[in-house]
Amino acid sequence: MTAPLAIELVGIDKRFGSVRANKDIDLKVAKGSIHGIVGENGAGKSTLMSILYGFYHADAGEIRVDGRPVTIADSQAAIALGIGMVHQHFMLVENFTVLENVILGAEGGPLLAGGVARARATLKRLAEDYDLKVDPDAVIEDLPVGLQQRVEILKALFRGADILILDEPTGVLTPAEADHLFRILKVLRDEGKTVLLITHKLREIMAITDEVSVMRRGEMVATRQTAKTSMGELAELMVGRRVLLEVEKQPASPGRPVLQVENLTARDGRGVDVVRDVSFEVRAGEIVGIAGVSGNGQSELLEAIAGIRPVRSGAVTIDGTRLDLARNPVDAAAMRRHGLAHVPEDRHRMGLVTSFSEYENAILGYHRDPAYGRGPMLDIGAIREAARAEIEKYDIRPPDCLLRTAGFSGGNQQKIVLAREIERDPVILLVGQPTRGVDIGAIEFIHKRLVALRDAGKGVLLVSVELDEIRALADRVLVMFDGRVVGERAPETDESELGLLMAGAAQEAAE
Amino acid sequence: MFDTLILILDSTVRLATPLLLAALAGLYSERSGVFDIGLEGKMLGAAFAAGAAAAVTGSAWAGLAAGILVAIALALVHGFACITHRGNQIVSGVAINFLAIGLTALLGQDWFRQGGRTPPLSGDGRFTNIQLPFAEALRDVPVIGGLYSELLSGHNLLVYVAFLAVPVTWWVLFRTRFGLRLRAVGENPAAVDTAGISVTWLRYRAVICTGILCGVAGTYLSVAQSAGFIKDMTAGKGFIALAALIFAKWKPVPVMFACLLFGFLDAAAIRLQGQEIPGIGEVPVQAIQALPYILTVVLLAGFIGRAVPPKAGGVAYVKERT
Ligand SMILES: Nc1ncnc2c1ncn2[C@@H]1O[C@H](COP(=O)(O)OP(=O)(O)OP(=O)(O)O)[C@@H](O)[C@H]1O
Ligand SMILES: [Mg+2]
Repeated sequence: MTAPLAIELVGIDKRFGSVRANKDIDLKVAKGSIHGIVGENGAGKSTLMSILYGFYHADAGEIRVDGRPVTIADSQAAIALGIGMVHQHFMLVENFTVLENVILGAEGGPLLAGGVARARATLKRLAEDYDLKVDPDAVIEDLPVGLQQRVEILKALFRGADILILDEPTGVLTPAEADHLFRILKVLRDEGKTVLLITHKLREIMAITDEVSVMRRGEMVATRQTAKTSMGELAELMVGRRVLLEVEKQPASPGRPVLQVENLTARDGRGVDVVRDVSFEVRAGEIVGIAGVSGNGQSELLEAIAGIRPVRSGAVTIDGTRLDLARNPVDAAAMRRHGLAHVPEDRHRMGLVTSFSEYENAILGYHRDPAYGRGPMLDIGAIREAARAEIEKYDIRPPDCLLRTAGFSGGNQQKIVLAREIERDPVILLVGQPTRGVDIGAIEFIHKRLVALRDAGKGVLLVSVELDEIRALADRVLVMFDGRVVGERAPETDESELGLLMAGAAQEAAE
Repeated sequence: MFDTLILILDSTVRLATPLLLAALAGLYSERSGVFDIGLEGKMLGAAFAAGAAAAVTGSAWAGLAAGILVAIALALVHGFACITHRGNQIVSGVAINFLAIGLTALLGQDWFRQGGRTPPLSGDGRFTNIQLPFAEALRDVPVIGGLYSELLSGHNLLVYVAFLAVPVTWWVLFRTRFGLRLRAVGENPAAVDTAGISVTWLRYRAVICTGILCGVAGTYLSVAQSAGFIKDMTAGKGFIALAALIFAKWKPVPVMFACLLFGFLDAAAIRLQGQEIPGIGEVPVQAIQALPYILTVVLLAGFIGRAVPPKAGGVAYVKERT
């Protein structure tokens, strides 16, 4: 290869305590290219990129930018070298405006007034050049994640980044938003900028990158030209074994209804109806998928059925027991006793107490189960026993039930929640975003588990913003838009037809 | 009636001043994400240092300098424990309060042997009241005379400093680079770090600002309001200031109104002491003195809007978990 290198990493090594997150890593990134980085959860991708961005310091190794060896002492140094980064977890001040976030650290003088005016002009120009429109005076916490990410990109461009690192940018985006992002990345590349893209989605790698590097357990295992590799090969390199990219399942044989939802209406925190008059049913032995662009009431629907969110009107029937939730609210614990299990969308906020040990999380919400203790006392031995069994069955790594849950990678945390809910043998399982931020090895496993649950005669209600996931798993697809179910389709339905429904096209046509 | 009101308001201003200085002090630290329940201790330490220095040198200005230096030193101890060593901010604050109570009593007795007091100050040893221009001439004009000559004029320098600190703090917080970064680091230190700004240095600077204002607050107590340091003379003002800060949701201008309100309650309590109110009888002073705390609890319970503290407050910034 003859193109000059924008970045060269030589022998990068990084430890966090006893964890060796990066082992002797070499990486070459050509100038003016889009370079993908893939790897399982915890492979060390974010760590490597954060070292390049000066957020962490490597224990050993050399960094060269544009051919010159450099020391990157802090992010300021990286920014000065023209490196910008969009972090996996956004680095935004939530109660600041877009403009304030953009200028933070690049204010252009001790007083804000002059810098703000200049930044406003620059932002306007960038927004037009790259089709990155955001209201500069909007407050971050009021913006949907897609727009928050634009702010992150604008932050990097505002600082004049020539090398842009994006760490799992599409995890939170809808397909349309992701397409938009990729168009921007291509424009940037065509301008001669270099893009480093971390993602779990091999389809994206194939669609947009020029080269791709694969990491596994802290090591760089391969770099390929995208045109000369395949999703299958990349998956195998990542996991170290062959991976099924398709979900294998037999046609469903639905039985009796296990979940019936009648005219459910629920509000969000601001008192706006976000679930409006929703009715459907899930039968035993089928997976019903709810597709929709995030923020159209799917999350609230799951929470309302699970007993976490107050219901304004409507009823829910679980396995024949009718619960008039509006008149007699039922809490999550009671819902569980009726046979409902719930894997919440946001595992950190609602699924786990990350400062607890794994075994404590493994019984969260089921701690009153007589199998785990008598009266107010917990039987720690029995709980750990059960937790170890789940760890083995779900291949949770590292296999240590005493470890603090925060120490597990995202995919493994998700497995802990899934194991807890599925192993309780529910009649109906609600799952939200089961594979968000999870690597392909774990996705394959989680999908298999959900299908196995279905085949065991249970009902599954699946909410996901990944259309691919819905189409692969569901036996029936409901599309939600603006709080209502706007249509039911077979999973084989054309992607663009589903996309139109998700965008509310049916609604508008009817009006 | 009008004259009584003016009198109560006049003492409101005097009583609100140390609260205001301390609350603004706390605002800098807490907005940067370092909670500080050690305002009381810093104020007490500063009051003692100021009283002692003014007594020895005979200069109020030397007292002010000593007060500020001691408060900054205590603030840096807090910073060293919480920022550098990521210690628990509450524990460190409590420790500073105890340290200040103990040390001021011990050193006071050892140095001056007057039962923990510092020698009484007079003349240049105190900040005396300043008459604003034309205050004398306007004194007898109805209403305006009362408002201008009594209420606005005739306070010592530090009172004006305190009220001037309100717009200055607002300006610093919302119109300067330092203020932007300060507010950011209290909400999301990682965002500040990835923007290439040192979280540690920024928080230290915030804590130093806290020290300076606590120093002025302490000096006010011993060198302006009274003529010398008296043991435990802060008497919980640091905590009331903290309550005012929370009550005002960590915003400078509301902080001023909260402090004026709490100062007014204090002034009213003093005024009503031992007096019969027709129909009610004698009002227990303690009931009025407890009001700032009760109001703050009511606020925290969510009855009057919501007090959302800086999001990263109370936790040290840890980048690598090892
Ligand atoms: N700040 C930190 N302190 C301690 N350990 C860390 C820290 N950040 C990461 N690690 C550990 O380093 C390893 C690599 O983590 P890293 O976040 O780089 O993985 P990743 O490839 O980005 O994974 P994911 O796909 O889940 O984002 C993991 O074992 C993780 O637990
Ligand atoms: Mg990562």
